[in-house]
Amino acid sequence: MIAETQIWRSIFRHGYPSTPRNRALAALSNIFLHLHPVKARKSGIRLSFTWCMGGITFFLFLLETITGVLLMFYYRPTIEYAYNDIIALREHVPLGIMRELHRWGAHMMVLAVWLHMLRVFLTGSYKPPREFNWNIGVILLLLTLLLSFTGYLLPWDQLAIWAITVGSNMARAHPLIGHEGPGASLLAVGDVALVTPASDIRFGLLAGRFVGAAALLRFYVLHCVALPLAAGLFMAVHFWRVRKDGGISGPM
Amino acid sequence: METFEAFFNSLASPELVIGICTAIFALYMLRMRQMMQPKVAFGIMGLTALFFVVGAQNHDFATILKKGDNMPIVIMTFSVLFFLWLAFRQATLNDMRLERGLPPNEATESGKKVLVWPDLVFPEFIMTVLLSAAFIAWAVMVEAPLEEPASGSRAPNPAKAPWYFLGLQEMLVYFDPWLAGVVLPGMIVVGLMAIPYIDTNPKGNGYYTFKERPFAIGMFMFGFLIMWVLLVIMGTFLRGPNWNFFGPFEYWDPHKVEALVNVNLSEYFWVSMLDTRMPDNPLVRELPGILLVLGYFIVTPAILAVTVLKKFFHELGFARFSVLVMLLLMMGSLPIKMLLRWFFNLKYLVGIPEWFFNI
Ligand code: HEM
Repeated sequence: MIAETQIWRSIFRHGYPSTPRNRALAALSNIFLHLHPVKARKSGIRLSFTWCMGGITFFLFLLETITGVLLMFYYRPTIEYAYNDIIALREHVPLGIMRELHRWGAHMMVLAVWLHMLRVFLTGSYKPPREFNWNIGVILLLLTLLLSFTGYLLPWDQLAIWAITVGSNMARAHPLIGHEGPGASLLAVGDVALVTPASDIRFGLLAGRFVGAAALLRFYVLHCVALPLAAGLFMAVHFWRVRKDGGISGPM
Repeated sequence: METFEAFFNSLASPELVIGICTAIFALYMLRMRQMMQPKVAFGIMGLTALFFVVGAQNHDFATILKKGDNMPIVIMTFSVLFFLWLAFRQATLNDMRLERGLPPNEATESGKKVLVWPDLVFPEFIMTVLLSAAFIAWAVMVEAPLEEPASGSRAPNPAKAPWYFLGLQEMLVYFDPWLAGVVLPGMIVVGLMAIPYIDTNPKGNGYYTFKERPFAIGMFMFGFLIMWVLLVIMGTFLRGPNWNFFGPFEYWDPHKVEALVNVNLSEYFWVSMLDTRMPDNPLVRELPGILLVLGYFIVTPAILAVTVLKKFFHELGFARFSVLVMLLLMMGSLPIKMLLRWFFNLKYLVGIPEWFFNI
């Protein structure tokens, strides 16, 4: 009945998906569903085969995006406001569970990517013709970790600043371009060292010698703009490649 | 309860924890079929759960457990155990089919094509609803942690990296930051990316199996389970103030002192063995270690190519084989350094602090 109205017909260009033809059209003529093929191998979509882990990772990415946008309405990335805004999120914002959703979702996204990688490995799905998509995956893994890492700093509490300090201290020891890295002292013009605490890779990462205001802003921009865009882009390639490489893998 | 606590506390040292877990891992790989019986696998999961439930009665352990940010590690522990079973159970069943000359289980269905609407879209929808409900429930029940406002001058003790990097922080015990924080993580990424290009085994593409690719799976699982997941778990529950090692039921005493008597290889060589003074030139002083490290990366591949890994050398050719062995040696350097530390108190194989060049 509803499927006969002009409104329905203007949105979905097919009848109610109860016949094979309409079901095929449902997947084909919808921009979101047409991430999927019309038909898929039965073995490939079994839950025990994929564990739905790639899907769960994507779900969590969407969850993070939605809750993240809501958080951005309230949060200001400056040393004066950041911490208090986080408190306000809990105390003054109605239904203030966005931060919880965002945080638990982030933790689980890291775990889901690992498990997804594990299942792809154990089904040998990185073998030809899917080598390249595995590599896209590795980049997504890195982006996921970086997203989580940059987000860690934003609450601007003791946990945040010191976890990032511990993490970014490693960069200090980068060979050649970290000021405590092997070979860094070789890079000098005469007596003037080129790689110093105020010019090395860690400085570039934090925009300062310590985790401070500039680092907070930098991490915020990375976390809210640059990295999600990059992740979205690579996910688009990833999903497209899953289809182009012949759908979810299965025995030949 | 007391004996329970004392027992597990007595096992608490890096060498015992990693040693025992590696032994269990070896058991899994060598006795896959028995270990993947549902009875055994769920027995192990049950015992792990029991450990957490009983352990939570202990005040110190409960404090760690209750931290919101540690819940992911508990979830990780169980989901890794569960998915290992799910994957390797299917692998062993497939291996039995393959032995009988049948195609893997997936092949019986892979010819069949089904419509994505509803067969895939509906499960996805249900999954979305279930997950949303679960996360909302979790978010309502547990508050996201927030500590005191950031202060650049008061460092907490222990200052831990985010949980997913705890494996790297644990490596810092054995390697300097330039290795643990830069070179080795870089190698992990390079290694992951290289996998599809160095694994030329055409079998096991698109179905679960173990028998058809034991080497690839064994190596990957060792890296993933022991060198990554286990180190994360250890870093969460067993590393306390000053990164000292604590039993699960031990109070995190910030004043616990651990005697550090680690010695460099050069000192062993010049002072203990040759009974002379250490040479002044750092390159001469560290020559034994430098030769050892170079030998590890140059001579071992050659030896492996004509002995244990001869088959691979022929199948892969020189380039692929070199990359494979380099990556394996890189991964192997961590357990080797661990063993040297545990049994010989070795600090650095090559120690040139003047140039921040310590291995
Ligand atoms: C943000 C992270 C990621 C997302 C959202 C994602 C999503 C997906 C999805 C939805 C699929 C379809 C099949 C399935 O669900 O298993 C898939 C397949 C695949 N993923 Fe990912 N993935 C991510 C990261 C990774 C990583 C880290 C790797 C490996 C290092 C990887 C490698 C692959 C490969 C090779 C396939 C094809 C598998 C097959 O055909 O059986 N992906 N991914």
